[in-house]
Amino acid sequence: MTEPKSLQDLPSEFVFDPARASKMMTRHGHGGWLGLSYHAHGEDWVELALPWRADLAGVAETGVLASGPIISMMDNATSMAVWTAAKRFTPHVTLDLRVDYMRAAVPGRTVIGRGECYKLTRTISFIRGIAYDEDPEDPVAHVIGTFMASHGTYL
Amino acid sequence: MISAGLSPYAQALGIDIDHDENGQPVLFVDFSDRIQGRPGYLHGGAMSGLMEMAGIAALQAELAQRAETVRLKPVNVQVEFMRGGTEQRTFACGSVTRAGRRVALVNVEAWQDDRSKPIALAQMKILLSPAE
Repeated sequence: MTEPKSLQDLPSEFVFDPARASKMMTRHGHGGWLGLSYHAHGEDWVELALPWRADLAGVAETGVLASGPIISMMDNATSMAVWTAAKRFTPHVTLDLRVDYMRAAVPGRTVIGRGECYKLTRTISFIRGIAYDEDPEDPVAHVIGTFMASHGTYL
Repeated sequence: MISAGLSPYAQALGIDIDHDENGQPVLFVDFSDRIQGRPGYLHGGAMSGLMEMAGIAALQAELAQRAETVRLKPVNVQVEFMRGGTEQRTFACGSVTRAGRRVALVNVEAWQDDRSKPIALAQMKILLSPAE
């Protein structure tokens, strides 16, 4: 069968599969340009990978990744964690996202973004996550935020 | 000129300086597939990236008036998304709420065709340390 072009085309009874959805979300648009790919998932969490690239650096001389690509990855990983926890795709919008920067990512290393949905209500989902470049115990950044179902409900 | 200092990431996305607003640089980015999230809309992360850049640029403009040079280290950022960004040019401008000796607080607004209707707000905390 042909892959649906976007998540909006998926039938609503479809159980959300982050591995499969990642292929769609990371082929086009911002995620595609960043080179995001699926890494792992569990019942309420999803990990994406952001490979290092020179043109994603915040400072040319050091090659340290800019924070923008990390925020984008965390937005996507936490968004997918919500649909994974809800077991289906529901259109939603990011209401807010806070990022705490622990340290700079090491140039050359792939950064992994783990998004987790720790609470779902009918219209709001609560998310948190970390970005790490080697050891999840020594993260590059922590994030916390909320999404709102824009058409329909999560539960 | 701040434009020369724009990061590889900013340049790759096409982020540039539009004009000055009360001494603070207004940055912009044109819509493209590179910054598209869900079809037809600006990705929240790209929007945040633009706002962080505008926040740093505003702080640099403010600190340029000081005698000593400082190194900037972002501590955190909180972004409130208020409207979806559509397929048009997006602007962002920061204003330095407080810049002390050790830490600075910067507020950033992002908007599209209507300056009075921001699509997102960001608040950044940035650590200032003496340049080596």
